[in-house]
Formats: sequence, C-alpha cells, structure tokens
Amino acid sequence: MIEALYDVSPAWPVIIAGLLAAAFPMHYVRKGLALIAPVLAVFLWFNAPSGDHLGGIIELGGFTLETFRFDGLSRIWGLIFIIAAFINALYGLHEKDRLADASGLIYAGAGLGAVFAGDLLSLFFFWELTAISSVFLIWGARNNAAYKAGLRYLAIHVLSGVLLLTGAVIRASETGSWAFDETLSIETLGGFLIFIAFGIKCAFPFLHNWLQDAYPKATITGAVVLSAFTTKLAVYALARGYAGTEQLIWIGAVMTAFPVFFAVVENDLRKVLSYSLNNQLGFMVVGIGVGTELAINGAAAHAFVHIIYKALLFMSMGAVLLRVGTVKASELGGLFKSMPATTIFCLIGAASISAFPLFSGFVAKALTLAAVAQEGHWVVWLVLVFASAGVLEHSGIKIPYFAFFSHDRGHRVREAPVNMLMAMGIASLICIYVGINYGVLYELVPFPEAALHYEPYTFDHIVGQMQLLLGAMFAFAFLVRMKWYPDEKRGVNLDTDWVYRRFLANTLNWGHAMFGRLWASITNLVSGVRSRTGGKLFEVFSPIGALSRDIPSGLLAIWTSALLAIVLLIAYLSP
Amino acid sequence: MQFLADFLPAGIAMHAPALIVVIPLITAALAALMPNGRVAWIVALITAAAVALLSLNLLGQVMNEGVISYHMGGWAPPLGIEYRVDMLNVALLLLVGFVGLLCVFYALPSVADEIAENKQALFYSAFLVCFAGLLGVTITGDAFNVFVFLEISSISTYVLIAMGAGKDRRALTASYNYLILGTIGATFFVIGVGFLYMATGTLNMADMAAILEANGHNRVSQAAFAFIVVGLGLKAAMFPLHVWLPNAYAFAPNFVTAFLASTATKVAFYALIRFLFSVFHPDVSFVEMSFVWLFAVVGTIAMVVASLQAVFQTDARRLLAYSSVAQVGYMMLGLGMGTASGLSAGLLHLMNHALMKGALFMALGAFALNFGVRRIKDLAGMGKTMPASAMAFTIAGLSLVGVPLTVGFTSKWYLVTAALERGWWWAVAALMLSSLLALAYVARLLSAIWMDSPPTHHGELTQRRLAPWMVLVPMSILALANIYFFFHADPLVWLARSAAEAVMGGS
Repeated sequence: MIEALYDVSPAWPVIIAGLLAAAFPMHYVRKGLALIAPVLAVFLWFNAPSGDHLGGIIELGGFTLETFRFDGLSRIWGLIFIIAAFINALYGLHEKDRLADASGLIYAGAGLGAVFAGDLLSLFFFWELTAISSVFLIWGARNNAAYKAGLRYLAIHVLSGVLLLTGAVIRASETGSWAFDETLSIETLGGFLIFIAFGIKCAFPFLHNWLQDAYPKATITGAVVLSAFTTKLAVYALARGYAGTEQLIWIGAVMTAFPVFFAVVENDLRKVLSYSLNNQLGFMVVGIGVGTELAINGAAAHAFVHIIYKALLFMSMGAVLLRVGTVKASELGGLFKSMPATTIFCLIGAASISAFPLFSGFVAKALTLAAVAQEGHWVVWLVLVFASAGVLEHSGIKIPYFAFFSHDRGHRVREAPVNMLMAMGIASLICIYVGINYGVLYELVPFPEAALHYEPYTFDHIVGQMQLLLGAMFAFAFLVRMKWYPDEKRGVNLDTDWVYRRFLANTLNWGHAMFGRLWASITNLVSGVRSRTGGKLFEVFSPIGALSRDIPSGLLAIWTSALLAIVLLIAYLSP
Repeated sequence: MQFLADFLPAGIAMHAPALIVVIPLITAALAALMPNGRVAWIVALITAAAVALLSLNLLGQVMNEGVISYHMGGWAPPLGIEYRVDMLNVALLLLVGFVGLLCVFYALPSVADEIAENKQALFYSAFLVCFAGLLGVTITGDAFNVFVFLEISSISTYVLIAMGAGKDRRALTASYNYLILGTIGATFFVIGVGFLYMATGTLNMADMAAILEANGHNRVSQAAFAFIVVGLGLKAAMFPLHVWLPNAYAFAPNFVTAFLASTATKVAFYALIRFLFSVFHPDVSFVEMSFVWLFAVVGTIAMVVASLQAVFQTDARRLLAYSSVAQVGYMMLGLGMGTASGLSAGLLHLMNHALMKGALFMALGAFALNFGVRRIKDLAGMGKTMPASAMAFTIAGLSLVGVPLTVGFTSKWYLVTAALERGWWWAVAALMLSSLLALAYVARLLSAIWMDSPPTHHGELTQRRLAPWMVLVPMSILALANIYFFFHADPLVWLARSAAEAVMGGS
C-alpha cells in the first residue's frame, strides 16, 4: 500500500491518458496509453485503503471538492468501470481514430471520476465531462444521422448537467451542504431537480429516447464504450442518493416492461440492444427503489455483470457491423458459418443476459428478485418476471437468431479481428466465471454480509428460471414456425421521441412562422396608423423602404416614446 | 497595490483624470494630419497605451483615496466642471482602456484590408475621438458634460460605422439609422438634464444629488428621470430600443464592431447606473419601482426574445449582435434586482461580456480578413483552415453560453445567486432558458466551424491560412482571459463588488 497515492482517484490516469492520446498522432502510442491507463487505475483501486476512505480533497474558490471517496458502493462500480475501460481498449485496438481514442478514454475517466466524487460539485464536473466527451463517440460515425443524433444527445445531457447544478445550488442555499450522499431527498425542490437529472441519464421512461436514438448511430467501438458508462453512472448516483425512494420501484418496473414491445418489432439489432439496455436498467432501478441491503446488493451486482454482458453483446454486433456492414435483422442471417467464434461469444452474452443458470445474469438478477419478493411487492415482482421473459425473447433469442442463424443471406465474411475476439473472449470468461464462482461477486457488493447468506442455486430457483426460459423459447419457436412473429422490416420506430423529433420541431417551426406573421401584422398595423394620421414625424424618421426587411427607425421612435410614457407612468404612480 | 498609484510622476498623476480624456482628443487631431494609415495607427497605439497606463494609475489612486475629485481648470464645483473618479467608473476606465488597447493592436491588418488607403488616417482620427468621448462620459462628474461627451462619441461612431461601406454599402443605411436613433436618445437625455437643471439649479451630479435629497422630488425631477432613463437606455441598447444595434454591428468594419461591442454600450450602461444611483437614489420610490417594473422586466424579455432572434440569423455578426442585446438584458436584470449583489453581478457580467464579445468579434474579423466570410454557412471548415482563430472563437463562444471553466459561468453564477437572494425564481428560469438559447445559437456557429468541411476550390480543399500575428495576439489574450478569470475570479469580482458598493454606499 502506497500512502502517497491515497489521494489519487483512479480516474486521473485514465483522463490524463485521454488528454495525452489527443495529442499523439502515432496510433500505437495511443493504443498503448489506452491499455496501460486501466492497469494503472486498477492498481490505484487495489492500493486504496480498506474501509471507507475520503481523499483527493481539492480546495477551489471556497469550495471543497472531494475527488476520491472509496467505500462499498464506489468500490464495485469503480472496478467494473476499470474492467470495462480495459476491454473497450482491447476491442478498439484496430481502429486508427485519434478522436475516438481520446474521447473514449476521457469519457471512461470521467465516469470513474464521477463514481469516486464525494460531493455534488465534483460530481457535476465529471457528469458534464462524460456528456461532452462521449458525444464524440457518436459523431465519430461521421454521417449526418449520427451528427444530428449526437446533437440531440448532447443537448439532453447538458440539460441533465444543468438540472444537477441547479438542484445542487438550491439545496446548498437551503441546507448549506454540497454532500452527495443519502441525505438527498426527492421531497425538496433541489433534491427533485437532481433526481430528474439522474433520471435523464438513467433513461427513465419518457426521458429515455436519447439512448435508443444515439447508441445505434455511434461508431462500432463507440456503442460498446457508451453502453458501459453513462447509464450505469446514473444508476450509481441513484443508489448513492435515493436508495429506498418508493417512486423508483414503479419507475423501474415500467422501465423493465415497456422496452420489450419496442425491442420485439425493432429491426436494427443495435437498437434492440439499446432497448434491452433500458429494460436491464429497470431491474437496477427497482432494486434501488426497494432499498434494502439485499436489494442494493442486487442492483450493484446486476450493474457489474450487466456492463460485461451488454458490452459483449454490443461487441458481437459491432463485429458483425464491421464485417457485413449492417446490423439490420432483415439483411442478416446464417453468419454462424463464417463467424463461428463471434457466434459463440454472442450466445454466451445472450445466455448471461437471459439469466441462464451458470451464467452471470442469473446470480445477479436472483438477488433483485429475492429482495423484491422479500418486501412483498408482488405486482412488481410479476412485472419483473414478465420482463425477464421479454429479455430472453429479444436479447437472448432474437439477437443471435436473426444475426447468426435464421435463413442464410449468403454473407461470406471473415471472422472478426483478433483483438475483437480477445475482448469478447475476456468478457465471456468473466460472464461464465462470475456465474459459477458467484462468491467473488457477492464479496464485492456494498453489503457483503447481507449477500453471504444468499444462495442463488437452490432447486426451486433453477427450476423456476428454467420454466420461464423454456416457456419463452417455446413461444418464440412457435411464433416463428407459425410465421406470426413480427416481420423484420426496415423503418424508423418512433416511440415517445416522436414528441421532440416531430411535435416539438413542428411546434418550433410553427411558432417561428407565427412570430413572423405577428411581426408583419404589427408592422402593418403601425403603418396603417401611420398612413391614417399622416403624421410628418414618421416620414422624417423612417428611411423610406431602404431597410424594408429591417424595422424602420420610425417604429423605434414610437417605441421610444411608448417607453417614455411607461417610465413616466411608473414615476407618476409610485407612492 | 501602492505601486499602481506611484508609478507615474506626481505631476502627471495629479492631472491623470484630465489627461486620460485630453490625450486622445489631441492625438485625434494629430492622427488626422498623418500622411498614411500606418503612422496614424502608431499614434493611436501610443495613445491607447497611454490611456491604459493612466487608467491603471487612477485605479491605484482611487484605492488609496476613495474618491478623486479633479477640478477642471482649477474652477471648483459646482460652478466648474468636476471630474470625479470612484471605484465604479475606474472599473469602466480600465475596461475601455485595456480593451481599446487590444483592439487598436488588432486594428492594423484589419483596417488595412477594409478601409481605403487615403481614408485610414482619418479613420484612426475618428476612432480616437470616439475613444476620448467614451472615456469622457465615464470620468466626468458633470451632467451636461456627460451629454457633450456622449455626442462626441456618438457622432464619431456614426462615421466609423459608415466606413464599413467600403465592403458593404448597407453600412451607410445602418449608420444613418443609428444616427437618427442616437440623436433621439441624446435629445431625450439632454431634455432630462434640462429638467434636472430646472429642478436643482446645478449641473454637477454630486450637487444635484444633494439638492434633490434635501428638497425632495417633484414632477419635474420625475420627468427628468423618465427622459434620462429612456435616452441612456437607447444608447445602451435596452431591449425595445436596440433596433439600431444589429445592423450597426453587422456592417461596421470589423475592428469597429469589436471595439464598440465591448465598450460603447457598456459606457452608456455605466452612465445609466450613475444617474440611477448617484444622482437619483435607489431608495426613492419611483426609482425603486422602475427597477422592478422596468429594468427587470425589460431585461428578462431581452434575454429571451433577443436570444430567439439571434437563433434565426444568417449573418454571423448580426447573430452576435442580437446576442449582445440579450447580454445587455442580463445586466439590466442584475441592475433591476436593486440589491448590491444584483448590481455587482450585472457589472461583473458587463466586464466578462466585454471579454467574450471582444474575442468573438475579433475572430469573426480574422475569418473575414483571410476569407472574406460573413454568413454563418461560410464559416464552414474554419476549424481546419484557421485553427487558432477558431479555437479562440470556440472558447469565447462557450463563455457566452456560460459553460463552466469560463467567465461566462462565473457571472451567470453570480446572477443566479443574486436572483435567489431576492427570491426571484422566474429570473432564474429565464436565465436558464436564455442560456439554452445561447447554446443553440453558439452551437450553430461552432458546428459550422468544426463539423462542416472546408469549401473546395477547383476540386481542392481550401488550404490552412493563419491570421496575422497582430490579429492572433490580442484575440488570444482576450480568449484566454475568458479562462484565466474563471480560475482567478477575485480581481474582477472585487472590482464589480467595490463598484457596486461605491454607488450603493456599502449596503
């Protein structure tokens, strides 16, 4: 243990590596940085003192910034973020894109920084940094759709940051505290704004569209990187500040259920994964809402395994996109012949996300379900079970089936590059290892003593889960066989993002047009008055027609007089 | 800080308040006589440097003595003209002096490009007259003298704007429009001063304040108040009276726009504060009411409506001009809060806005200098063709939005805190909305600069072409100041706070 490093948050090596990467034109230097930075970070993680630790305190302009809070909650999130950063670096090893390398690293570092932030100001700083650095991963796709989606993504995330800061300022002005801990409350105005800020990043229902909008349009590596950090950071923030908030249970339940329908009809497989990401977040949010030690453990464990298997699925789809050039279900099929390794990794990811026994999803999801059952939320429990079946349907079966099996579209491509296979291999290993040797995971969760007594592999658990899984598989097979399964069609499925992509845009255009008309009619009215009174004054002050598209100065002369009248009135009426 | 008060010889330091106005007035005549633009530019540069030094010296003196009262020609006030320097106007003198210096430095390549060779000397002469006028408005303690200097600066400004006709003939109508409106404003102001003279029998501001306080207010002084507020409001581009500004800024030579945007409206705003707080008193009921019902309302509307207008512009400089109107709205809102923290937040924004807009207009000037571009879509690919200027533009643009790590954030922060102190939630909401709109219009510019690819010429991408160093240096200084003063906010915050305390009496 090196005490000198107790003040250094694991975020810094990653962020600094990102800044350096921005400067280096040689791509192998950048790749080296990207691989070394997580190693340094994990060293700092291991180096941190056991027990709760608060370090890295910076005094800036009268504020105290705590940049390294190391406790049960931030420990597990920090570790998984570091692992994700390493796998991502490995996965992107073949890309030669300076912008993507730098922004990916800074983004991962900012995520880490936010996890280790001890107060709301440092949280805000890293919060905004994640937003700003990650948008380049979307823009990196370098097409117009990605550019626009990136702008929408940036706008909504900056909004989240602004809400966070506003809430923090309001709270600080009321209580004088910038603390980022369980004292946050949804009952107060400041707390509520912060809650919404977290909710935007966590993709709460109706605040979720940025996710399905932006992720599928990101670059191949970009989508993998994005899937790891942003939303899980929000889950962490909720777990830190709002554990046990009742409303979260219902929000989470809705989150698990509604994406299922969209995921079933969606054609773009990366978009399917985005919907399923949303659904997975719901499980964690429910866990946080329940708020017991077991439930928080469930949320944390779920976040841990979820980052790995979701990244694995995005990686396999990325490999397909790289080799075939599309991830539209309607244009894929039969790839298992040419990409066998990718197929296997994808199946492992699919098995994990559908919570097959012996895979990582099972041991994590069991915790949440048990906690929900323990507290007697039976309706929510049923929703979660339904959603589990949905997960299996769209992520567990649909993704591998349409990409690798289905009917052969004749794509004969090469297997994914070696570095991609290595990254997927590592992720697959972790999925299986955690699924079997679940003790490792249960020691890492925030409340290990609560988890130690929990045994996931009991007879009824396994039987119940297998019934669910087999039932869902049967239903899928039946529907496909009977050709009742929704056809995979090209098209844009708009869900509630219709509100801002169509409605708001139209409203804005309409408002603009109306404003123009209003302006014109006011000008008409005034010129009408002018011609009737025939006052010479206007003729003097108006440069006749010379500035027809500008407001004539005569009009301003009236306004000047009107304002004078107003001021006179104010002066006259004042007591 | 004693050093600041002492670094000039005592004989000069004693007359610094007069010299700071007289030097540019005299050198204006000199510049007009110079054979070519280059020599005239050297005259202007020396003058601006001298003014900047004098303003620093005045700061030192004010810090020592509190208030400097300088009697013009040895005639004691209230009969003679008094120049009066306190923390409020020394802050403005510093701003005008230093921004003026940077702008003059920037002027040479820009003016050489835009103004006909045989008119350059006259152009610099007009600039120096304007400079002297602005300094005069700021420093004088005599109400009629304010009018005189206001007219000196305005008339030379009309000339400066009209000089833009070499590139775009619309500068002539813009200048004419401003002339008409500026004259209305000046007339209103002088009518107001006349009423005040009627009510008090004096033209010295401190004297007026004393007499008004002793005798109380009547309808005459109320009418004076209304005329002065509207007259100065027009000069400061207060919201419904701002219409002259977008065209004037859009068609004036680039150097003039950069200079005016960061000084002229600021000085008029200062004069407004001076009259509201030092001549009238903020405790007088109609002044107090005008804060809430006029300045706060008008400021808030400006913040939103002018930002909306900016969003739909196609000309880059017009866009920034509308944004300036919105920023004046921020200052008006701060003023309208009627508290010391509100006023100091407004003043802080005033100084910060000068830093941002100075850098932004300079960068636009650099783009225009190298490629002759004015429209937003023509800025395409500037991030690749002129990276340094584009970077300066980006920093200042982000500052305009109020992104953390820039001064824009600092002043918005203080405005929000002041609004919360007053319990004005709607003002906070308006600030947020306006910042979002600012994000929208700055994003339009930045996306053109960084996202779009440079235009092609005969199938080849336009080559990288750096701006001349005389443009780059002042522009970078202003842009970096946007970041520097975020981390070292204390000097500016201290200036703004002591300026506010100087007129609010430390409350």
